[in-house]
Order: sequence, then structure tokens, then C-alpha cells
Amino acid sequence: MELMLEQMPIVIQSLNVGFLQTLKLFFVTLLGAVPLGLVIAFGSMSRFKPLGYFTKVVVWIIRGTPLMIQLLIIYYFPGLVFGKPVWGGGESGRFLAASVSFIFNYACYFSEIYRGGIQSVPVGQEEAGLVLGMTRSQIFFKVTLLQMVKRIVPPMSNEIITLVKDTSLARIIALQEIIWAGQAFMKGSQGISGAIWPMFFTAVYYLIFSGILTVLLGRLEKKLDYFR
Amino acid sequence: MAILEVEHICKSFEKTEVLKDISFSLEEGQALSIIGSSGSGKTTLLRCLNFLERPDSGKIRVREETLFDSDDAASFRDSEIRKKRLHFGLVFQSFNLFPQYTALENVMLAKELLAKEQPDYKERKKAVHEEIRVLAEELLRQMGLADRMENYPHQLSGGQCQRVAIARALALKPDILCFDEPTSALDPELTGEVLKVMKELAEQKTTMIIVTHEMAFARDVASHVIFMDDGYILEQGTPDQVFEHSHEERTRQFLSRFMQG
Repeated sequence: MELMLEQMPIVIQSLNVGFLQTLKLFFVTLLGAVPLGLVIAFGSMSRFKPLGYFTKVVVWIIRGTPLMIQLLIIYYFPGLVFGKPVWGGGESGRFLAASVSFIFNYACYFSEIYRGGIQSVPVGQEEAGLVLGMTRSQIFFKVTLLQMVKRIVPPMSNEIITLVKDTSLARIIALQEIIWAGQAFMKGSQGISGAIWPMFFTAVYYLIFSGILTVLLGRLEKKLDYFR
Repeated sequence: MAILEVEHICKSFEKTEVLKDISFSLEEGQALSIIGSSGSGKTTLLRCLNFLERPDSGKIRVREETLFDSDDAASFRDSEIRKKRLHFGLVFQSFNLFPQYTALENVMLAKELLAKEQPDYKERKKAVHEEIRVLAEELLRQMGLADRMENYPHQLSGGQCQRVAIARALALKPDILCFDEPTSALDPELTGEVLKVMKELAEQKTTMIIVTHEMAFARDVASHVIFMDDGYILEQGTPDQVFEHSHEERTRQFLSRFMQG
């Protein structure tokens, strides 16, 4: 117990650094995947059939294979096959590769949620906009979008909470996020080895962060309760 | 001079012919009722006039301007169609109000978006917004909704929603206002309040086309009646001609069923 208290500052310091990387990956993924998902959603709903099919196949592949495989392939493939490690070395290269993998993977999941959201808005809304002389983009941004957002907040919250925990998969390419940081004390680092308790601490970080997100997303859902 | 001329409109969905050689004209200030059983093509006709469906053949003219001509591919262009639509207003059976906007905002939205396209919008922003708000409030008052302007659609009854929808269509000052079974989703009590404002509009000489199952209303308010059956216009004329002295057996059959009930 005494030893643990002694080691605590070192561990916390290290976990904080790891968690910062976790947070970075989380926000970069959200920032990239939220808009990219919309582009993919429009692709899969395109009236131009080849584009529609192509998008659906891509979404099927991305959703049908583990994110961990995608991470490994995206990170190692260019270097091993073409002899060109496009991501650059070190932590920043790993972060870039992880971001690309996560953004693409999550954009595909988001796109399906968006598609469901858009298609659940009654056709009458679009027709009403059309007969009032609105353009298609005006109808989307002024009429459909908010109704869609209202409908997708619950499933999106689900995905976002999953993303918090999925960031730990980046451990597989040795991104120095919080799991990597905690695990280091099992193997031995900064004079601490064989310690399992830092892993429990990492769990607390996840719990607190997903707790905060749950509250915030719940508020957003409430905020959109003003209309039906 | 006729404000609206419709010539030889035909429309099929897949292999089903829904409209067969529809021709009629409408004078300014007239109210035209279109009656007929479900599936006779009434709604499709209104949707063609509002460019929600494209006729396979035929012509549509408003104030002598050709809006649609199946022989002229230029009349299919999206940007053109948007402007032409503004000659018509459409009130839907299911209201289709925008749920995230208040009654007042619903009436103002389209007009504001159109105003933004005016070249002098930036300088006159405040004044334009004010004008539109005054107009929208006036229309809602006219619809008997003075105390409902700040309510959202889900806080309104069906009859109130439909009256907001009528105000919304009127805000753009269409040449011809179309109603697609405006009271079919309402109970008898609420039907009355919507028919009342429509009657007032007719008295103010608003040019209207009303697809309806309210026979008494069609007879009393319309200046002209069309009876449609199986995609054809079977009979048309003044309410007296169609309701009291119909030529066609099919018309009499249809009317007798309604008049008994």
C-alpha cells in the first residue's frame, strides 16, 4: 500500500500523458468522421447507380472487418509492400495512421446512421419545401437536417461512447495512448514493474470520460425535445 | 382571359395510366372543385400542376405563359421549374408543416429564403425581414390564429395546422392555390373551421383548385366543378350542371352515394 502511494504520482503523470493521446485520437476521429460520414451517406443514396453500389461495397468491407485489421493494414501495408512508409516514423506517424483508420471506419458507421435519419424524414417535408420554391440544398439545410439530427442523436451517442473505448485498439500499432501507458508498468517502466493496479486506473479514466459524454449527449437530446 | 389552361395532360406510372387527356381552363378569381372517387387521378393532376410529377404529354399555361410543354425539353430544367412552381401553391392533406419551426416561422421561411436572392437584400435586410413578418402575422390573423403564432406544430390541432399551412402557401402570393383533400385528415368539427377559411378565400376571389370529398362544400363554394373518373374528366360545368343535371350515369351514381350519406 505504501509502495503504491509512492508510485502513484509517477503512474498518474504517465497515464495523463497517455490519456491526452486518447483524447486527441477521439476528437480528431469525431471531427473527421462526422462530415465524411455525410459524404458517404449521400454517396450510398446517389441516384447515379455505380456510385451507390461502390459506396455500399466499401461500407460493407469497412463495417464487415475488425477495426484492428484495418489499423494494421493501413499502418504497415505501405511500408512493407511498397517499401514506402508513408506515415513517417515515430509517435506522430502512428497517430496519423491511427487517425486515418479511425476516421474512415467511423465515417462508414455514421453514414448508415445518417442514411437512416435522412430517410426517416417524411417525403412530405421535401415536397412542401419544393412547392414553396426552395432549392434542394435549402430544403436539406433548413428543413431536413435538424429533423434528421433529432432522430440520430440516440444512435450517434451509442457510437460515440463506443469510440471512446475503441481508441484503445490503436495500442496494436503501439500508439502511446492510455492503455499503452498503463501496460508499461506491468512490463516495467520508470522503476515500476509487475504492477496491475495502473490498469484499473485507466478504466477509471474511460468511465469518467464516457460519463461526461453521456451527460452532454443527453442534454443535446433534451434540447431537441422542443419539436416532434 | 383564362388564368390557367391545361391541355391534353397524360400521365402514367409504370403501366398504369393515371391521367388520360386532361384539358380544362380556369378563370381568374374562380374556385374550381375536382371531385371523384379515390384513384381517379385528382391528386396526381394537382401534383402535375405543382411540378411534383412530370406529365408524359400535354401543356400547362398560366397567364398565357407556357410553363410546361412536353414537346419542349427546356421546360424540364430544374432551375426553371423552381420559378414556375411559384405560380402555384399547394396545401397538402397531411399539412406537412415544418415541425422545428413555429407557426409564424413556417409562414415566413420560404419568403425569407426567396428574399435573400434579391440583389438589394443585404442593404435592406432588416426592413425586408420586418415586411415579411408583418405579412405572415396578418395572414395568420386572417386564419384566426392570432394567438397561435408562437406555437410549434405539435402544439396545434389538425385544423389549426391546416390553417397555418394555408397561410404558408398564401405568403408566396401564388396565382393559383391548390388544395389536395385539405380536410380528409380531420374530424368533422375541425373540418368545419378549415372549410370556413377556404370559403372566405373564395369570397375574396382567390383563384383556387380544390380536390375534395366534401360534396356540399364543392357545390356551395365552387364556381366550377370537374368530375373525374378513371383518369378522365367525365363531366364539368357549374355546380348546378354537375350536381343537379348531370349527363353521365356514372356521375349520378357517384353523387347519390355521397348525398345519401
